[in-house]
Formats: sequence, structure tokens, C-alpha cells
Amino acid sequence: MSATPVVQREITDEAIAAERIELARSWAQARGVIGFLSEVDHKRIGLRFIITALAFFALGGVLAALMRIQLSVPENAFLGPDLYNQIFTMHGTTMMFLFAVPVFEGLGLYFVPLMVGARTIALPRLAAFGYWMFLFGGVFLYVSFVLNIGPDNGWFSYVPLAGPEFGPGKRADTWAQLITFTEVASLVGAIVIIVTIFKYRRPGMTLDRMPIFPWAELVTNFMIIFAMPAVMLASTALILDRLVGTHFFNQAQGGDPILYQHLFWFFGHPEVYLIFLPAQGLMSTLIQTFSGRPIVGYAALVTSLVATAFMGFGLWVHHMFAAGLPEIGASFFTAASMMIAIPSGVQIFCWIATLWSGKVRFEVPLLYALGYFAIFIIGGMTGLMVASVPLDLQVHDTYFVVAHLHYVLIGGAVFPLFGALHYWFPKFTGRMPGHRLGMIGFWLMFAGFNLTFFPMHQLGLDGMPRRVYTYLPGLGWETLNLAATAGAVAMVLAVVSIVINVIVSMRSGEVAAANPWDASTLEWSTSSPPPPYNFHPATVVASRDPLWEDPPDQPIIDGIRTDRREVLVTRLLDAEPDHRYHSPLPNVWPFMTALFVSIMLIASMYTPWAVVWGSIPPTITLIAWFWPRRKEVDDETHPVEKARPRLDEATGPA
Amino acid sequence: MTTKILDVSGLPTFAFGHRSILWWATMGMILIEGTAFGLLGASYIFLKWRVPEWPPGFAPPQLVWGTATTLVVLASMIPNHLAKRAAERLDLPRTRLWIWISVLFAVGFLVTRTLEFTALNVWYDDNAYGSIVWFLLGTHTAHVVTDIIDTAVLGTMAIAGPLDAGRFVDFSENAFYYYFVVLSWLPIYALLYLAPRFI
Repeated sequence: MSATPVVQREITDEAIAAERIELARSWAQARGVIGFLSEVDHKRIGLRFIITALAFFALGGVLAALMRIQLSVPENAFLGPDLYNQIFTMHGTTMMFLFAVPVFEGLGLYFVPLMVGARTIALPRLAAFGYWMFLFGGVFLYVSFVLNIGPDNGWFSYVPLAGPEFGPGKRADTWAQLITFTEVASLVGAIVIIVTIFKYRRPGMTLDRMPIFPWAELVTNFMIIFAMPAVMLASTALILDRLVGTHFFNQAQGGDPILYQHLFWFFGHPEVYLIFLPAQGLMSTLIQTFSGRPIVGYAALVTSLVATAFMGFGLWVHHMFAAGLPEIGASFFTAASMMIAIPSGVQIFCWIATLWSGKVRFEVPLLYALGYFAIFIIGGMTGLMVASVPLDLQVHDTYFVVAHLHYVLIGGAVFPLFGALHYWFPKFTGRMPGHRLGMIGFWLMFAGFNLTFFPMHQLGLDGMPRRVYTYLPGLGWETLNLAATAGAVAMVLAVVSIVINVIVSMRSGEVAAANPWDASTLEWSTSSPPPPYNFHPATVVASRDPLWEDPPDQPIIDGIRTDRREVLVTRLLDAEPDHRYHSPLPNVWPFMTALFVSIMLIASMYTPWAVVWGSIPPTITLIAWFWPRRKEVDDETHPVEKARPRLDEATGPA
Repeated sequence: MTTKILDVSGLPTFAFGHRSILWWATMGMILIEGTAFGLLGASYIFLKWRVPEWPPGFAPPQLVWGTATTLVVLASMIPNHLAKRAAERLDLPRTRLWIWISVLFAVGFLVTRTLEFTALNVWYDDNAYGSIVWFLLGTHTAHVVTDIIDTAVLGTMAIAGPLDAGRFVDFSENAFYYYFVVLSWLPIYALLYLAPRFI
């Protein structure tokens, strides 16, 4: 943009301090109950996502512990079959929809703007709406569970088991509506993060200078956009079959249960990658910082993320090998499933090279990243095994698959996540996490995880099916099941020690400086925790690792108004300044809209007409949401005649 | 002390098209809903493959109302385009005029759409074919209804104010979204009305 020249000008510390005071006023976070419900600060919304998702992780963990108690000895009467069905369904549904996806959405909302050097997220009210939908959906699921209408058909809720014939009552409807809640939340969050990355990057941060974590979030959120509509269609068609008598999956009337499986797994396989890919971004972040050198193979890492996303959409049928599909199709999906090992391998070699050539500091976050290597690689290997049809048919629906999926998801996502939460703890709270309790937590988690899930490989090969509530003595499964339960105890202790560490560190941890780990990315260039306006003054970015490599005399960005919530919008590829934009103010209507949409979704489980009358209140709240208020009007273009001289600058390519 | 400064105070406070935040948000919605339509279409074809005759046991939908809808929606692209162009010139009187004419066309669209439902020759609960036909048509109709409400609200804002340049970006992006509502109809029309006759 020729309109933004770099000039030499005097700028005093007093002037900057005065601007900070004004920025603090303009970007002040909301207060009171209405303020709480109206919040649009990306850090608070992000943190709410993270904390809520971790609470659901804890609930899902309690359910897992109950299952492990039940399976610790044969013919145990601790849980009955009906409750057990609900518990394993709730566990899977919670971990996939209420923990894994939202927690990375939350990390994205919190850190993407900070890492790309922006004041806030694009479309902050949409993000707030997404959070409330997620929260209400999760609460709805657990209230239903307590009322004995929790889902009980497994986290993929297959028909015909979940269909009208074999799934009477409301349990499958609860699952189907929960999907709508969580997918709406994820989809709006995806738009927010993508637009933030495309249009809010700081000048100088061209796409090829963007840190890997925002890249991983970008790729992941595009996957959400293309994957989530499939499961919404599947669950909507399921609930229509159940409630209004359509026949999508009814074999007798020309429908097909296999159609459900296709729609579900067209989402379900990418789902695995949209949990895994942000964690890959975290791995790159942690390994770079604790190796003290720029990551090796930046381009290869970014290309691998994109390649994994594309291939992730061509694998779904490998979940359906046991459904009896044409052989040629199965062979294609076997080959595609094996191919995905290539980009994963490329990433792992880049990380090894970075560690090898760096000065490694064995802090707790890095230990979690190293834990990934041990665990995820085992999960990847068993993944190659189950990608081949004959082996898959042998171990399908056994504990071998349970072991595989936990090695992939806990190793591939939860370990990097815990490492990242430890790493970013000073940024969230302004205090350092305790080292000793952190080490104890890590080792308990690592040992407990392997003790829980490694024996399950053998149990599966020995023929123990998944999703059974008990088993007979004398089948040779007792010792391994007891070992798995002992491992689960260690994992519970690990989580307890991590929680204690959080509480102790928040109260009495060492006060954190802006950049306590000596990292290179922009979130560490501002105070811990950051002010509501994130950065001031902000400098133009000149490299991939601005805190390590940018020259000290980089130009300061000036001319963004401080008397209102103004942000700089930049161009997609080169992040050149394009225009100034007035970011939306806090507003209670996204909360109200989410509330009324939730009422409509729940009521529609009982009467289809709720979709009609239930749509009226959210329509009204949406109009209130969008209706311009006086204080939000742009005084530079109101009345609109004032804008006319700028029209040429505002139209056409920048 | 003198410092190097990148001074952005001279930049405008609004921009049209792909430079704006709203364009990308709209694009995100289009990608999501386009994926949903694509998967619905794929489901239709999947169900069609399963049976020897299509439509199974029912006559294809009558052509008249579906074709009338298609003609109305294609015609409605003209006022929609004029509204978009007027908005991008900050021309308030013309923007108002063409937004409300667009609303009238969309209401006409809704009328022929309602008649379409009466001429499908199948009910949603007759068989899987009926279910997918109603689902496709119903999903598209939901888009028409929401677009009418959006456009009418924006048309009211254009009269009631207060108006700044950002509002004109809204008018422009609303018209952009309507292109998607129209253009997504054409493959659905081909699937619902032409495929059972000619494939």
C-alpha cells in the first residue's frame, strides 16, 4: 500500500503511556453479570473454552475410571449393562465433542491473535455465541445423563441400533442434538479463527513468516468447515427418521444404514485429524522453544500439515472395512491410510533434527512433547496395522482398537496439549508453574497411560471385544484388565497432581516475566497476562522468529485510533496494511441467541413444530445483535457523504 | 527520540469485497453450507444407486413449479446485482430501492417454492426417496427464508439508519450471499427435477 509510508518521527515514552491508558479504557473488559455474559475479549472467551473443555475432560475421565473399576475383575456387579452402555457412550462423546475439539478451539481463540500480533479476533461476538452454544450443549448432555436419557449407542451412534426400531426413548435424540450444539460452536469458531489469520496479521507477517501453531489452526479450521456438515446431516437425518418418520436409513423403504456410516465417517475420520493437527502445531512450538533454535524444515512442516488435511478426507472408509464393501474400494482406502504416514513421518524427522541441532532444555513442557514421540509412534504403528483389511477384520471391535485410538489421541493430542498448557501457563496467569509437581504429574501420566493402554493391545489380540460390561473368568483376561485399572489409578493421580500444581502456582508461583522461556513468537512480546488490547506499541514483523531475529529498530505501527476499538486489517498473503476497522463492542445478544437456539433444539426433540415457533425468538435476538447502536457508528464515515472521497481507496483490489 | 514509524492513519475505515472481514465471514458460511448441499446431493445419488428404478414407486416431481422457481430466482439476480452495485457506490436511494425489490423477488420465490412442495408427487415419509427430496428442498428453502429476513432487516436499516460506510459493506455482502442461495439452487433443481427424468 502506497498510503502507508515509513517515516521518521519523534515518539516519547510519555505519549506511549498516555495511549496505553486510553487503550485500556477503550478495550476495557466488561464487568458485572451482564458484562460477563457480553464478553467479547478473545483471551477470556478462549480461556472459557479451555477451562470448560478441561472440566468435561475431567468428567469424561471419571466415567473412564468407573469403567475401569467395573472391568478390573470378571463378573463384576459394580455397573449394570444399561448404565455401562450409557457410560462408554458418554465417555467417547464427551472426549471427542466436548473436550478435544473445543480445547483446541479455545487455544486458537486465545493464542492465534497473540501469535499473529493482532489486537483481537475477527467477529468476536460470533466467538462468544460459539462458546455459549458449546457450554449449553455440554450441560444439556450431562443433565440428560442424570435424567436417564443419556445416549447409549456408542459415540458414533450407528443405525439401526440408534434408529426408531431399536432405539426407543429419547437417548439417541439426546446424542443427535448434542451434535448440533457442538458442531454449531465449532463451525462458527472455525470462521473466526480463519478470518483472524487471513486478515488480522501484523504488517510484515507474510504467510510464510507465520508461526506453525497458527498454521496448524488454519488448516484444522478449514477441515472443520468441510467435515462438520457431514455429521450434522447424519445426526439430523437420524433424528428425522426417529421423530417424523423419514426413511433415510430404513432398509425396508429404500434407505440404507451404510449411508449413515459414510456420512458419519466422512466427518469422523477428519475429526481425528482436527484433534491431531493443532497438537502437531503445539509440538513444533514446544520443540522450537526448548531447543533454542528456529525449527528445522518450516516449509516441510507446513506442507505436511496441509497434506495431512487433504489426505484426511480420503480415509474414512477404513472405519467401515467390516461393513462388507467392494474389495477394490477397500484396497484404495488401505493405500490412502498408509500414505498418511508420510507427512507424519516428515514432521517427526523435522522435530528430531531440531532437537539434535539445538541446545535442549528439559523443562516439563518438553517432556510432554517427548512423551508424544514414545506414545504416538506406537499408535501410528498400530494404525498401519489396522489399515490393512485382513488384520482389521481380525481385531475390529476389540480392545486392540481401543488401545490404538488412545495411543493416537492421548499420545498425539493430549500430551502435546498438557505440555502447551504448562508452557503457556505463565501467559494465562502471570505466574510460573511449579517444576517439581510438574515433573511428578508428567511421569505419573506417562507411566499410568502406558500401564492402562498397552495391555489392551494384548487383550484385543486375545479376543476381548470392546464395549462389553463384563467378562467371564478363565478367559485369560484377568491380569491384563487389573493392570489396566491400576494404570488408570496412576492417571487419576497424575491429573490430581497437575490440578494441585495449578492451584499452588496460581497462588504462590514465581511472578512471570513477559518471556520466561526465552521463546521467539509474538505472544511473548507482551506482558504476562497480556492487557486487553494485547500490544502497544506494536512493531512491524521482519522474520519468522521476531523475538530472536528481528532487528531492534523495526518500525513502530502508529495511526490506529486509541479512543475506540480500532484494529488494522491487512492483506491476505503479504499482510500489507489495507484498512482500519472498528471491532464490535461487547453485547449480550450472542448469549441470548445461544440461549433461545438451545431451547429450540431441545424442544424439537419433543415436537417437530418447535423448529417453527422456536425459531422466532432467536430471529429477534439476532436482529438485536446486528442492529447498529449509536456508539458503534463510525464517526469518520457518518453521515455517509463523508466516506465518498475515500470510495476509490475502498473499492477494487488494494 | 526519533523512531521509524509505519503510519497507517491515512487508511480508510472500510473496504468492499474480499478486502473486508465480512466478505470472508460470508465466504466461510458459503463453504459450510455448500458442503452441506454437496453431501445432500451425494446422499441422493447414493440412495438412487441402491434401487433399479428411480424414483422408486412414484412419478417424478411436476416440472411446472420447480421451473417457475428457477426462472424467478434467475431473474432476482438482477435487482440483487443492482443493489450490490449501488451499495458499492454509497448510493443510498438506489440501494434502498433495489434491496426492497430484491425482497419482493425473494418473496415471489418463496411463493413458487411453496407450490413446489405441493407438486412433488411424494411425501417425506413415503420412502427414502421422498425423505431425501424433502430434505434437499427443505434445506434450500430454509436459506431462502433466512435470506428474506436478512435482506428485509438490512432494507429497514437503510431507511432507519444510522448509516456509516460499514453498513454499505453489509448491503454488498448480503447481496454476495444471495448469489450463493441462487446458484446453489441450480444443481439441486437438476437433481430433483431432471435426474429422475433423464438419467
